[in-house]
Amino acid sequence: MTDILMPALSPTMEEGTLSKWHIKAGDTVSAGDVIAEIETDKATMEVEAVDEGEVLEILVAEGSEGVKVNTPIARLSGDDAAPAPKKADADKDEPKAEQADSPEKEAATTEGEGAAPVTPKVALKDPEIPSDARLVKTTIRDALRDAMAEEMRRDDRVFLIGEEVAQYQGAYKVSRELLQEFGDKRVVDTPITEHGFAGLGVGAAMAGLKPIVEFMTWNFGMQAIDHIINSAAKTLYMSGGQIRAPIVFRGPNGAASRVGAQHSQDYSAWYAQVPGLKVIAPYDAADAKGLLKAAIRDPNPVVFLEHEMMYGLEFDVPEVEDWVLPIGKAKVRREGTDVTITAHSRMVGFALAAAEKLAEEGIEAEVIDLRTLRPLDHETIVESVKKTNRLVSAEEGWGPMGVGAEVVARVIEHAFDYLDAPPLRVHQEDVPLPYAANLEALSLPGVDKIIKAVKAVTA
Amino acid sequence: MAKAAAQKPTTAKGKPPAKIPNTPQATKDELLEYYRQMVLIRRFEERAGQLYGMGLIGGFCHLYIGQEAVAVGVQASVKQGHDKIITGYRDHGHMLAAGMDPNEVMAELTGRIGGSSKGKGGSMHMFDVPTGFYGGHGIVGAQVALGTGLAFAGKYRGDDSVSFVYFGDGAANQGQVYESFNMAQLWKLPAIYIIENNQYAMGTSIERSSSTTDLSQRGASFGIPGEQIDGMDVLAVRDAVKRAVERARSGEGPYILEVKTYRYRGHSMSDPAKYRAKEEVDEVKKTRDPIEHVKKLLADAKATEDEIKAIDAEIKAIVAEAVQFAQESPEPDPSELYTDVYVEA
Repeated sequence: MTDILMPALSPTMEEGTLSKWHIKAGDTVSAGDVIAEIETDKATMEVEAVDEGEVLEILVAEGSEGVKVNTPIARLSGDDAAPAPKKADADKDEPKAEQADSPEKEAATTEGEGAAPVTPKVALKDPEIPSDARLVKTTIRDALRDAMAEEMRRDDRVFLIGEEVAQYQGAYKVSRELLQEFGDKRVVDTPITEHGFAGLGVGAAMAGLKPIVEFMTWNFGMQAIDHIINSAAKTLYMSGGQIRAPIVFRGPNGAASRVGAQHSQDYSAWYAQVPGLKVIAPYDAADAKGLLKAAIRDPNPVVFLEHEMMYGLEFDVPEVEDWVLPIGKAKVRREGTDVTITAHSRMVGFALAAAEKLAEEGIEAEVIDLRTLRPLDHETIVESVKKTNRLVSAEEGWGPMGVGAEVVARVIEHAFDYLDAPPLRVHQEDVPLPYAANLEALSLPGVDKIIKAVKAVTA
Repeated sequence: MAKAAAQKPTTAKGKPPAKIPNTPQATKDELLEYYRQMVLIRRFEERAGQLYGMGLIGGFCHLYIGQEAVAVGVQASVKQGHDKIITGYRDHGHMLAAGMDPNEVMAELTGRIGGSSKGKGGSMHMFDVPTGFYGGHGIVGAQVALGTGLAFAGKYRGDDSVSFVYFGDGAANQGQVYESFNMAQLWKLPAIYIIENNQYAMGTSIERSSSTTDLSQRGASFGIPGEQIDGMDVLAVRDAVKRAVERARSGEGPYILEVKTYRYRGHSMSDPAKYRAKEEVDEVKKTRDPIEHVKKLLADAKATEDEIKAIDAEIKAIVAEAVQFAQESPEPDPSELYTDVYVEA
């Protein structure tokens, strides 16, 4: 015998009206036959038989209202080959309570950085630079190019795809000479089709390749954000660990010069919120190279935010075999005792310049280059604030819900008692970036705004 | 192939296309196997619907009942483990046809550790690398760009694999589909685009959503040939896919198959299907049911009643076992909450 139960027709349905029976005792039904109609407050729906057999008895009469889900409504004869499924609530009681105070969950909460697997347990360290290593003045543009070229030589699964990356040599010349060395199979010019080629890249990564997807600017990457988040970041989890997406999305980010609001935006906070992604925003050429190489090798999807205004700037890059830096490690760029300034990307330069000016007035600022935004190295920040007792965060993006908001929250969670003043955030004004030169300058954060904030917290 | 492509569509809206002139053939054993796979999908889905009704399956649940001939007809050309398959949210049928373990699929539906994604994916997010099944994607149309990427990887490696990319008449209006078509043809990628036209994008009929309803011609402006197939006829699907696959394996690029099919159930479990007449559904069930069609072919091929009954019994047992497994498998341990967010480098 098999009982036919009152079905739920939506995730929220608890009861309904059994408005009509299409069968009666003595009828024979097969799987797929419509046997009844059920009415909820939203709709009337047909119920089909799943089992076959003779109808022995109708248990709930036509027209009955308020029939609870999972109440037996009819009885079928049958050979019981298919055991009637148990009710859902029967085995749902215990795990709930257990979950609430599971040690894992508790650990995760107190960790702050919830994503336990990415919070590095081994201390991350930059590689030692041998004393005899030559330091070579290199533009960020070339450092990025060198990183890609080295990784493409090392691993033939790595390829670069994007608009104007091949024949044009890159809209910002970051892929200069890569086509010549690697050919058009591995340096692929695309149509103007960000959503499409980002999705194609993720698919290729799922199939085991290691794509570097270049967006001409991250502003255009917004067309592809669904694939970055829904397809790349979430699939490992949704597949129970089966499907990886080892892919790097890279390109210029942040405010450019006089190009207006649609071409000037900092996406740091957008991507740094997403579990499954790693997010890197380097400042100098050595970090750009070492972190891009690390990003390409990483088995996870990485968002790599370069700065549009910095490609041509030169910095020292150590001439060592295989310069790879750890993802998830901030760098103390300047030591100081009076205030901690956190920054990433182009703002690091402004923070350092501000620190020099402040030093002239006797304020010694410690400048921390975040380098990686996810996972965020809050240990380095917290250690610094425990020493300086004051915090200013600086970022180019908008303030609300931003990187600075997160930095401040972490410091409050982990070093509240050490703070001698409320932390301050320096960021872009809360407006789309204007075109007019004077308004643009007013909108963007820079050295002066950092100095002002530092003076406010140290006053 | 070129000829088929040049053919003008012969169908008016909603009607199945005329049969391909040379009647497809299949041996009795082949037919029995198709019957077996199609019945597996149908019985599995009926049972999934029941478990949903009992609250054992949560969220959204999109059943494949009525469309069985498509996945089974396509699968006949898949080199398992070599080719790649990707689809949208109505994916249970594709997974079973691809050869995934019904126990794992059902246990994923019930959100248990024995599910193919350890219970973390659910109905729309299942994957299985050994059978070449790359999901299960919940964003309508996303699988088309992803599937084009799977094809790109095949071409990059030069391994002659083909990517089977399923999507529906609804997804056919997403922009990224056309971005993908363009790149696929530009680079001659081995992608077979299978548009399962079940005539309704959720509640919106194709006539109300599409300025042109012959979806097989949606690749025309990119130079991708296409044809319409009767998706209720497993042999018609099988043979059309076979031709498209031969073409793709030999480097001629993508192909579009618009497969005219019909879903018997609502878009999801909570869909009362007010947008179509009950008579329309009944008519299809009565006159075009894909499983009844195979039964007729089996009768012509002199299959016995006993042979068919043996398959029915086998499937009943498989599905019963899946149901049992899906209930007995425990929920994921709380420690699974933070696993699989990142691959440890």
